[in-house]
Amino acid sequence: MQRRSYFLNTSALLGFIFLYLPMISLVIYSFNKSKLVTVWGGWSLQWYVELFNNDEIMSAAMLSLKIAFVAASLSVVLGVMAGFALTRMGRFRGKMVLSGWISAPLVMPDVITGLSLLLLFVTLENLFGWPSGRGAMTIIIAHTTFCMAYVAVIVQSRLTDMDESLEEAAMDLGAKPFTLFFLVTLPLIAPAIISGWLLAFTLSLDDLVIASFVAGPGNSTLPMIIFSKVRLGVTPEINALATLMILIVAIGVVAAMYQMRRREKQEIKPDA
Amino acid sequence: MTTAEHPAQTESQTDTAVNPLTAPAPELWRDPNAKPFVVFDGITKEFGDFTAVDNISLDIYKRELFCLLGGSGSGKSTLLRMLAGFEQPTSGRILIDGVDMSGIPPWNRPVNMMFQSYALFPHLSVEKNVAFGLRREGMADGDVKRRVQEILDMVQMGHLAKRKPHQLSGGQRQRVALARSLVKRPKLLLLDEPLGALDKKLREETQFELMNIQEELGVTFIVVTHDQEEAMTLATRIGVMNQGEIVQVGEPHDIYEYPNSRFVASFIGSVNMFEGVVTVDEVDHVIIDSAEAGGLLRVDHGISCAPNQKVHVALRPEKITLSHDKPDQDVNCMFGKVEDIAYMGNMSIFRIRLANGKEVRVTQPNYARDIKGKFTWGDMVYLHWEVDSSVVLTV
Repeated sequence: MQRRSYFLNTSALLGFIFLYLPMISLVIYSFNKSKLVTVWGGWSLQWYVELFNNDEIMSAAMLSLKIAFVAASLSVVLGVMAGFALTRMGRFRGKMVLSGWISAPLVMPDVITGLSLLLLFVTLENLFGWPSGRGAMTIIIAHTTFCMAYVAVIVQSRLTDMDESLEEAAMDLGAKPFTLFFLVTLPLIAPAIISGWLLAFTLSLDDLVIASFVAGPGNSTLPMIIFSKVRLGVTPEINALATLMILIVAIGVVAAMYQMRRREKQEIKPDA
Repeated sequence: MTTAEHPAQTESQTDTAVNPLTAPAPELWRDPNAKPFVVFDGITKEFGDFTAVDNISLDIYKRELFCLLGGSGSGKSTLLRMLAGFEQPTSGRILIDGVDMSGIPPWNRPVNMMFQSYALFPHLSVEKNVAFGLRREGMADGDVKRRVQEILDMVQMGHLAKRKPHQLSGGQRQRVALARSLVKRPKLLLLDEPLGALDKKLREETQFELMNIQEELGVTFIVVTHDQEEAMTLATRIGVMNQGEIVQVGEPHDIYEYPNSRFVASFIGSVNMFEGVVTVDEVDHVIIDSAEAGGLLRVDHGISCAPNQKVHVALRPEKITLSHDKPDQDVNCMFGKVEDIAYMGNMSIFRIRLANGKEVRVTQPNYARDIKGKFTWGDMVYLHWEVDSSVVLTV
């Protein structure tokens, strides 16, 4: 094997340390026996046990998972539609606005997104009486709006890469547009849809800022609970919780990447 | 394989009555009463302010292997895509077997296409790719299996039926794509640069295979290609396209030996072109005074032109003979210096510079092993040819 330069080795190592050291210390301390977060008192699983016995945290976790699931599914439907509109419709009026709006949530500060959604919900409630109050529903809507942007971008890039003659071939062989979509297009963009869903799921699970704006009383998501608890001082229980969240998110991200890779390998490269 | 049970062939029983395996394609285009199978009737296609296809009218007959030949941007692919239904003509009509195709979507046309990229569905196995079209017809399971097996055996891909497209080589993919486009037994098969991605040896094999399949199944083929060699070998007739127009339609021999314009003459094969003025114009010959050729040129066919009209004489490199001794003729004779020789194995290409600076290409077959030594760099040689070797072009 070719020898790599010391410089590259060192930079890679520094990068890894910078990214993963905080997480590693958190994972290690989640197995700490001591009640004091910063003092090592030997290995133990007691904080995990306490975590699962804590009803407040567990119900917040369930709520977060539920919201993430629904928001991810909705964003996939809307994101796929937006992705199609952007790649397949050619030039149409409002395309600039749509593509701008698609990338806006990717760069917009969460505080602004959250605030604007809160204002929208309040106005809607005053005008139409819906949504009555804020809760899981408003969080789902808020998460869908920013998650679908990510899905749309992923689907769009997948569709751009796709050979359009595949769809023409299907039509040529007698597939009507509906059959064509389900038998050819959908299977081909499935990896993008799956990884889009997983990404949306983890984004929703992670979100604190937007949820804080649009959540109502008694509808705190997991990150909100963690944040409020940390303000009163970090308990080892939170470390255990955070470790589990890292695990879930990592699984989601790795699965999303694996999905993309697996299908890419099947693509026929020219001169392969 | 048995051809007797093909439903598609029951409608063309006159064809099957004469043994379809050996009968040459009937040369219907020579029969003024023959009914054309595909008709382009004043087809124009515009993309914005760009005219891709410009008022083309063309008849193609049953069991032909028609080649649309042209450079990139000549409109040949657009013409094919309009036939398949992927594009709608801006004006004009397309008839297939007497039926007007306007408004008929691709999935309802009696046409199948083999794509340049092959367009095999990457998520389906070879078998399922080929079965795709039959399934859309709602054909029974057993019949689908039988038909798929049959056609895969025909293209010698039966043993790889379970593979996915990415596990196949380029040549194998091409066979699968061909099988998939033939399995529905279309009346008309469209092939977009079918041999483009193959290496030379594989191309030659596949060319003959295509011709066999075409004769065996009695399907009408329309092939789009930019490769003139491919067109010459495959086609019953060639339509040469340039800038959205068909400039000449004819059998390969006619296109090569009797091009109707300078464009066709230089697009198909290589050619030497001499500008000159007509001095004698009789029914059976013309004599042209060409400063470029440095002498008089005599061609054994009459043309209709104004006196003293400027014309071009087109002369193929292989029709010129080289000699050291002065030939016994005072027309169709030139004298020049060998500037360059390219040895190609089966023949040699000579570049000869005339006294007036004009460069002439000559190819000579290497009929003996060291023919190369006969004419060498710097030699002064005579070039001469017969009166029936060249053609006069007025446009």
